Amino acid sequence: MTVLAFTALLFAGAAAAGLVGALTGLGGGVVLVPLLTLALGVDLRYAIGTALVAVIATSSGAAAAYVREGFTNVRIGLFFEIATTFGALLGAYLAPSVPAAAIAVIFGTVLLASSAFSWRPRPPDAASRTPDPLATRLRLNGSFPSLSGEQAYFPRRVPLAWLFMGVAGALSGLLGIGSGALKVLSLDVVLGLPYKVSTTTSNFMIGVTAAASAGVYLGRGYIDPALAGPVVLGVLAGSALGARILAATRSNVLRVVFTAVVLVMAVQMILHGLRGAA
Amino acid sequence: MTAGRKERRLAREVGGILRLGVIISGVTILLGLVPYLVRDGGRRADYHLFRGEPEAFRTAAGAVAWAAGAHPRGIMQLGVLFLLATPVARVVLCLAEFARERDRLYAGVTLVVLAALAWGLFGSG
Repeated sequence: MTVLAFTALLFAGAAAAGLVGALTGLGGGVVLVPLLTLALGVDLRYAIGTALVAVIATSSGAAAAYVREGFTNVRIGLFFEIATTFGALLGAYLAPSVPAAAIAVIFGTVLLASSAFSWRPRPPDAASRTPDPLATRLRLNGSFPSLSGEQAYFPRRVPLAWLFMGVAGALSGLLGIGSGALKVLSLDVVLGLPYKVSTTTSNFMIGVTAAASAGVYLGRGYIDPALAGPVVLGVLAGSALGARILAATRSNVLRVVFTAVVLVMAVQMILHGLRGAA
Repeated sequence: MTAGRKERRLAREVGGILRLGVIISGVTILLGLVPYLVRDGGRRADYHLFRGEPEAFRTAAGAVAWAAGAHPRGIMQLGVLFLLATPVARVVLCLAEFARERDRLYAGVTLVVLAALAWGLFGSG
């Protein structure tokens, strides 16, 4: 394949990854890594470095729109970034001494269980419930532009969500993937945020989690400009498109897309782990 | 200023810095990609083997030097570095904004995030 054709394919694949990432709050690595390694025959290390850059592009590209439109809760993002970044650093520190295969199987199972949990019917008074004292003191309550106008929301179970976020960060540091999936699920299931606030706030956060390890990947020579450059441009185009679609889309449609992507990811992870352990 | 207006200003500024970072990065990458494709577009693409990037591409200072020499790949790498710096710039901006509003709780929260980021970027590399 010529460099020109290769670059065009990279751009198109990255645009798809950016679109999925902007709509789901995931990093898009689930689309990009198989594309690079299986379809384009790129070495896994270059693929991981490129996917990391793509996560930051998805996050920065879509979040620019989501923050201004009032979907993202910046305070919730920052408050839980403490848990995820320290979790990620701890995970990266522990990575050499833990069985990655077993963790991949556990993580895949957790993803399957918690994405099923996110479909559980909600109490109808979810939007109008009374504010939680801790969330109020931390000023985490907010409102967002729902399809039927501005709607207030009141997060709850803050300490439990913090614990989940720490685990999410640690797993992504251990395995180098999956930082978005558990973030969306923590915000959605534990904190009880409206779905679009969960995905856009996760989208906002994953860029910082990825930036924490970007220096390491750059120093190891995993980030190649001829791979990362076209991918950044593709992801930016795809995530800009995704950000336009999200505002007008019903939450349940987004939830279907998210669940489908997470199921593929969880099965991939479990199979990979089982193969690695055998 | 009311709490709501403060929140909206914070959102506008955070959104603005993310957009700025993305635009600078995208334009720089494009400035490198076009000459790269014109020069090397007809070659065979080969990333089967991991060679690791040359030392020049592994540090920010190295990429700046490469880009200054008008090497298309160096210019692209500089654009990628601008992107990597964007989330960090966003955290720094939040810190400045909370400090200005004397919001001690969130200035503290942001400072801790920034410390973790700095440790990840410089401490363990």
